[in-house]
Amino acid sequence: MFGRFTALQDISMTIGRGEFVTLLGPSGSGKTTFLMILSGFEAPTSGRLTLDGQDMTETPPEARGFGMVFQGYALFPHMTVEENIAFPLKVQGRSAADISCRVKEMVEMVGLGGHGHKRPAGLSGGQQQRVALARALAYAPPVLLLDEPFSALDKNLRGQMQDEMRRIHQETGTTFVFVTHDQEEALALSSRIAIFEKGQLQQIAPPREIYERPANRFVAEFLGDINILPVSGTSIEGRAIRLPDGAGDHLAIRPEYMDLSLSEPGEGNALPVQLRDLTYLGAETRLLLATKAGVPVTLHVPTAKLPEGLAPGAALWTSWEASRGFLL
Amino acid sequence: MPRRNGRGILLTRGGIMLRSRLLLLAPLLMFLALAYLLPFLGVMRWSVTLPEPGLGQYGTALSDPLVLSVIWRTVRICALVTVLAVAAGYMITLLWVRGGPWMRLFVELCILIPFWISVLTRAFGWLAMLSNRGVLNTWGQDLGLLAEPLTLVRNEFGVVIGMVHFLIPFAVFPLASAMRTVDERVLLAARGMGASRARIFWQVFVPMTRSGIFGAMLLVFVFALGFFVTPAILGGGRSVLVAELIWLRIFQSPDWGLAAAISVIMMLAIGLLLMLTMRFAKGTGR
Repeated sequence: MFGRFTALQDISMTIGRGEFVTLLGPSGSGKTTFLMILSGFEAPTSGRLTLDGQDMTETPPEARGFGMVFQGYALFPHMTVEENIAFPLKVQGRSAADISCRVKEMVEMVGLGGHGHKRPAGLSGGQQQRVALARALAYAPPVLLLDEPFSALDKNLRGQMQDEMRRIHQETGTTFVFVTHDQEEALALSSRIAIFEKGQLQQIAPPREIYERPANRFVAEFLGDINILPVSGTSIEGRAIRLPDGAGDHLAIRPEYMDLSLSEPGEGNALPVQLRDLTYLGAETRLLLATKAGVPVTLHVPTAKLPEGLAPGAALWTSWEASRGFLL
Repeated sequence: MPRRNGRGILLTRGGIMLRSRLLLLAPLLMFLALAYLLPFLGVMRWSVTLPEPGLGQYGTALSDPLVLSVIWRTVRICALVTVLAVAAGYMITLLWVRGGPWMRLFVELCILIPFWISVLTRAFGWLAMLSNRGVLNTWGQDLGLLAEPLTLVRNEFGVVIGMVHFLIPFAVFPLASAMRTVDERVLLAARGMGASRARIFWQVFVPMTRSGIFGAMLLVFVFALGFFVTPAILGGGRSVLVAELIWLRIFQSPDWGLAAAISVIMMLAIGLLLMLTMRFAKGTGR
């Protein structure tokens, strides 16, 4: 199951109490390995893991007291919903009255009232997900680790479960560490996102910061769409451009901050482009453009604001406010 | 997605139409009909015609103290053998499915090699091992551990040992298929919740392999009921089981009617057991 071996390198991260940190990255980037090291199911070859200042690098998973939600939920198939949730409490040796009280509380919290006596096989994917969450949170762990918990759910259900997850995170105040490869999910849920690539931590920052000020080209391109234009001196393809502060020989701008016009705008940064292709997406239309030098530029334009009669080959201008771009 | 081709044969990803299925099964069904069903109908006829027409032989079979004691002994020994073989098989399968690569290879050989040795050879092997002047007893005496030889064969002990040894591999396969479907993450989840290894084993792993345990027990029990060679050799005529009794009634004291009636009773009892077990298995939904 954890046979795929991804080495992690030089990762240093501090996660605050009550945070919701998402580990995001392409498959094989090391995000799951990192989660397994946090859980104790895998051991790092070097480095230290501390909780409240206490070293727990060598602490086995059963002694860490973390909650964990596995991909595929890993419910006990032979136990009912209530028995599943009661299992970690029984392990702790709590009294029967205490257990039944806590189980009832957890069943209500995840909205599974009336399903307590069903087995996992009799539940939908979303309901199984809730059981897994309730079971992992039953003994109020200080940290909850989640390994792609929504990957088996369809898109509508995902949205619902994300809202639910946020509510439960706020209600319990538990620290959540969440692995996903879905960037929308990461942006929607997290207090901070950690981007992994090739076993290295590329950046860790709040969603807005990581989206608007990515630390490097990988992060910029991994999260959402971005246009990247090569800069020479203070000009792009021979046109003088006002550049933002920073260093780097590429200017990056998110498509939603770029405007489209039929003629050269009077002021501001602008580049002549040619329309290559356009894709109708309903409320928006995605335009594929190219600069004179052939650098691709993607734009999302509200379909209602799109000039009529646009066809591939049309000569257009695109412009942006200098402060919206950043150098990479 | 189901799709119909020109000739109306329903093609699905998982199955073929009933007609084609019957065609594929036909050779086996014909063989079973000729080699088992037909002769068994003959046996049924003997049971109600020999020596005279009527159900008299069934009356004898169900009231004769000798026949009843043999049936009772058979059920008792087979139940004991089933429990022992499945318990031993469970431990071996655990090593096979969850052990390291070398352990797997070793266990595989331990399961496979007995398959290459005939049941007769194995029974005589146990005889050489366990008899009064066999390996265990002579070594035990030479080493001064035993004052007198232990009676290890020509009794139920020998029969049970021989049968358990023969049947363990048959318990292994249903157990292995059940153990292989256990999701590793479920065990990790239990561990992450702080459960001890013993608790994970007894409260998570064993219940999750329950279907394999039932399957193995049924297979071993039904198989054990028909055992002939092993109990005949290791029981030495003192611990006769049903199959040997039927053989004796046919070849030694010609009483074909009674032998046939006992056969039919065994057949019905096994059929009933299979039906009940299957219904139970369906009922639990696992």
